[in-house]
Amino acid sequence: MGTDFLLIMKSEVSLTLIVFFLLFLKIWDGVKSNITLLNIVNIILFFNLLFGLFFNTEGMLFNGMFYTNNTLFLEKSILNLGTFIISLQAFDWLKDHKHLLEFYILLLCTLLGMDFMISSDNFLMFYLGLELSTIPLAALCNYDLQKVRSSESAVKMILSSAFASCILLFGISFLYGTTGTLDFKEMAPLLTANKLQLFAFILTFTGFAFKLSAVPFHLWTADVYEGAPTSVTAYLSVISKSSIVFIFITVLFRLFHNYDATWHNMLYLTILLTIIIGNLFAIRQDNIKRFLAFSSITQVGYILLGISSGTAIGASAAIFFLIVYTFSNLGAFGVVSLVSEKTGKENISDYKGFYTNNKFASWVMAICLFSLAGIPPTAGFFGKMFLVTAGAAQEHYLLISIAVMNMVVSLFYYLRVIKAIFIDENEKPIAKLTGSASLRIALVICITGAITMGFASGLFEYINTLTGK
Amino acid sequence: MINLSVLLIIPLITALVVLLCSNPIQVRATALTGAIIQLTYSSLILYDFISQRAIGNTAQMLYESHHSWFSSLNIEYYVGVDGISIAMIMLTAVVVLTGILISWNVTKLTKEFFFLILLLSVGAYGFFISLDLFAMFFFLEVAVIPKFLLIGIWGSGKKEYSAMKLALMLMGGSALVLIGLLCLYFNTDTGGGTHTFNLISIAHMHIPIEAQQFIFPLMFVGFGVFTAIFPFHTWAPDGHSSAPTAASMFLAGISMKLGGYGCLRAATYLMPEAAHIYSPWIIGLSTIAIIYGAFATLMQTDLKYINAYSSVSHCGFVLFGIGMLTKTALTGAVMQMVSHGLMTALFFAAIGMIYERTHTRQIAQLGGLLKTIPFIITVFVLAGLCSLGLPGLSGFVAEMTIFMGAWQNPDNFYRIATVLACASIVVTAVYILRAVGSSVMGPIKNEAYRNFGDATWNEKLASITLIICIMAIGIAPFWLNNLVSPDTQLIMENIARSVGK
Repeated sequence: MGTDFLLIMKSEVSLTLIVFFLLFLKIWDGVKSNITLLNIVNIILFFNLLFGLFFNTEGMLFNGMFYTNNTLFLEKSILNLGTFIISLQAFDWLKDHKHLLEFYILLLCTLLGMDFMISSDNFLMFYLGLELSTIPLAALCNYDLQKVRSSESAVKMILSSAFASCILLFGISFLYGTTGTLDFKEMAPLLTANKLQLFAFILTFTGFAFKLSAVPFHLWTADVYEGAPTSVTAYLSVISKSSIVFIFITVLFRLFHNYDATWHNMLYLTILLTIIIGNLFAIRQDNIKRFLAFSSITQVGYILLGISSGTAIGASAAIFFLIVYTFSNLGAFGVVSLVSEKTGKENISDYKGFYTNNKFASWVMAICLFSLAGIPPTAGFFGKMFLVTAGAAQEHYLLISIAVMNMVVSLFYYLRVIKAIFIDENEKPIAKLTGSASLRIALVICITGAITMGFASGLFEYINTLTGK
Repeated sequence: MINLSVLLIIPLITALVVLLCSNPIQVRATALTGAIIQLTYSSLILYDFISQRAIGNTAQMLYESHHSWFSSLNIEYYVGVDGISIAMIMLTAVVVLTGILISWNVTKLTKEFFFLILLLSVGAYGFFISLDLFAMFFFLEVAVIPKFLLIGIWGSGKKEYSAMKLALMLMGGSALVLIGLLCLYFNTDTGGGTHTFNLISIAHMHIPIEAQQFIFPLMFVGFGVFTAIFPFHTWAPDGHSSAPTAASMFLAGISMKLGGYGCLRAATYLMPEAAHIYSPWIIGLSTIAIIYGAFATLMQTDLKYINAYSSVSHCGFVLFGIGMLTKTALTGAVMQMVSHGLMTALFFAAIGMIYERTHTRQIAQLGGLLKTIPFIITVFVLAGLCSLGLPGLSGFVAEMTIFMGAWQNPDNFYRIATVLACASIVVTAVYILRAVGSSVMGPIKNEAYRNFGDATWNEKLASITLIICIMAIGIAPFWLNNLVSPDTQLIMENIARSVGK
């Protein structure tokens, strides 16, 4: 124990310290300028990200309720990175906001919850982390206090996630009832072909599908994403989703490996529905946030495709894709937040002729959307390729064919946005927008990531050695 | 010592430098310098390759280099060239150079225009030198999306529609290729349950015949979409006619060859038994494309549509040659790729030059141009004559080789298809002579036409370069033939070996 304890829990400890520091800062009320505060927070988050990369110590705590290893450290770093980028992007939005520090306190609480959740090796710890990461998020969705849509989004968020948690708890209670333990390691060998246990598994799976917004449990996503402030939407669609994917991989691979035939089939169906329906709805959207919401639903389908392989390569492909997805989706959201903050415009048709005055932002948007669509030379191509290759190991070629053909469909709606930005003529295009320096830094980080990650073959190999263990 | 990666590095660096330039003159100068260096380097490779072969270096691929890329999936950056790839690389270098010369006067977003053209060329070079299927697929897709922007931003006519149609159809094609690739990957075995994307080692493996029967059509049709295989040719006319001149040249000159090269290298070479089984289908579809393309051209009144539909017909010959599965026909197919690439680039360049002056491409509104812009019209007529297969120009040589190879196939079905394909040349002559005749000769239709300036230096340079290449192939076809035929021989041996078993 002692220093080990601190090092094993270093991500959680540092986040807790930051939260308390911000709380004291709030009570002290000594720093009046929002801009100074934001800069302080951004610097702290940057150091938090750096700290997450070093002094990694594997181990477990609290009688095996909490464990950590290099894969988890990497996953936590991905979440930290995403949060840092979002914080940079939120600069323009928050600099005039009255409740700045509360935003960060709530945000970092959810991040803390996610860290605990993905590190959990026990359903109690898992549930604790899950709730800690969901409830403050609902408050965050309502952060544009004067907007009705924002409140609507918060209510939908809290109701749907409460519902999902209920189903999850229902499943967990059956699992506890039939095995007498909540510990993943002890429970895993006790899972048999028992009907009640299977039922419990299905409930748990459904709970996860809700949180992942996989079809047919996706209906809350678009409304919540549309109403929430753009930075919170970005957080929901990238950080919150990644953390659920991470724990979902752990739960499927560590806990439910006895049921792999069952979850292959369940995933098969979920993937098909998610990819196809996500695409069909994305085509029809005109609001760019709703559009990104549905496109992110489709992306979840591809991530599940990688996971469905049940192999280490599949897990690494999913983690690698989430890194790429973090960069590309946040880049797109960065541009959206810039535009909606300065002009209030959120429709794709408003973006017509955007390139005339905003060359840099347009290229960021284009590169990020190409990366999301999986077009080389962006990193998204590699991410998608690895997911599809991993998924193909199951030799379900029908599924693979449908997934691959749907990449063409998704290209159509991504190109629609590109067309609006670059090709369509507009007599009154959006004027030149100058974001803050921190937003520009965020965008540069995003496009650098979205371009270079694919060529950084070392990263994928590193993830692979981690998951291979 | 030749390093093939330089072929990728030169255009990439040029593209990056173009981004840093501050005015259009710098942009053009940079792009042109890059293209000239690239052509010089490609010629150096060609020269070195020929001398290597002359001193008896019979390795299948020369200048190979391996770099591990994603070792857990056995993906590597593996490049190497044989005669076929070198012919394609030379073609790309020439077309890119002339494309840059022709688009000298692009004033709208100059920097972006040249950047995208150079990016496209990186995709094409990468595709032609890759010997790893993953890398090949990567470069294939790199060469798609810039076209969307090129057509959408700088195009004319119904450009949004054409750009979207082209991007989606080509991506659909590459999606088919991807499915095929993945199936192929999981059917390879390098021992110990690992798989490989390495093209050369797959060629030496035996892929189960059931798998081949499933994968071959996916790959062939997928690549075929790029070559405008019937019935997936519909992107070609719209795309070609809406694109700006340089993009049309690139699209018809190089991009359609990506498909042909892929059909030959990835589909036919790796799955010889399936190629043999599906050969009647390929012949059937390509004969339809040849004849349909020729007749559809008859109906066109827009010069660009004429060349676009005739490209469908001419690229049909490429697949026709591949489908015949005889050595001479395969050689002819490669020669047709090179010849059509040069010829169609010249044709589009000439049409672009005419359009820039008259602002119309409708044959009915043109007339008597020979009196006002003799140089451009001479180029135009030459391109037309090459298209209809006049002896002494490259088109004749290539088509002749294909027909000779096709006739070696004794089966009646193939013979009938060959006769039909031959007959289409008559139709070609009709539409080319009609288009050329009515736009070039006769009285001057419009008084404004009298004031046109003839070709500028850059246009002249571009046209002359292309004409020299076309004539070189037409008059001395043996050098191209000798370059290509040892490698088509190798592909044929692979087919004969597996089918004979």
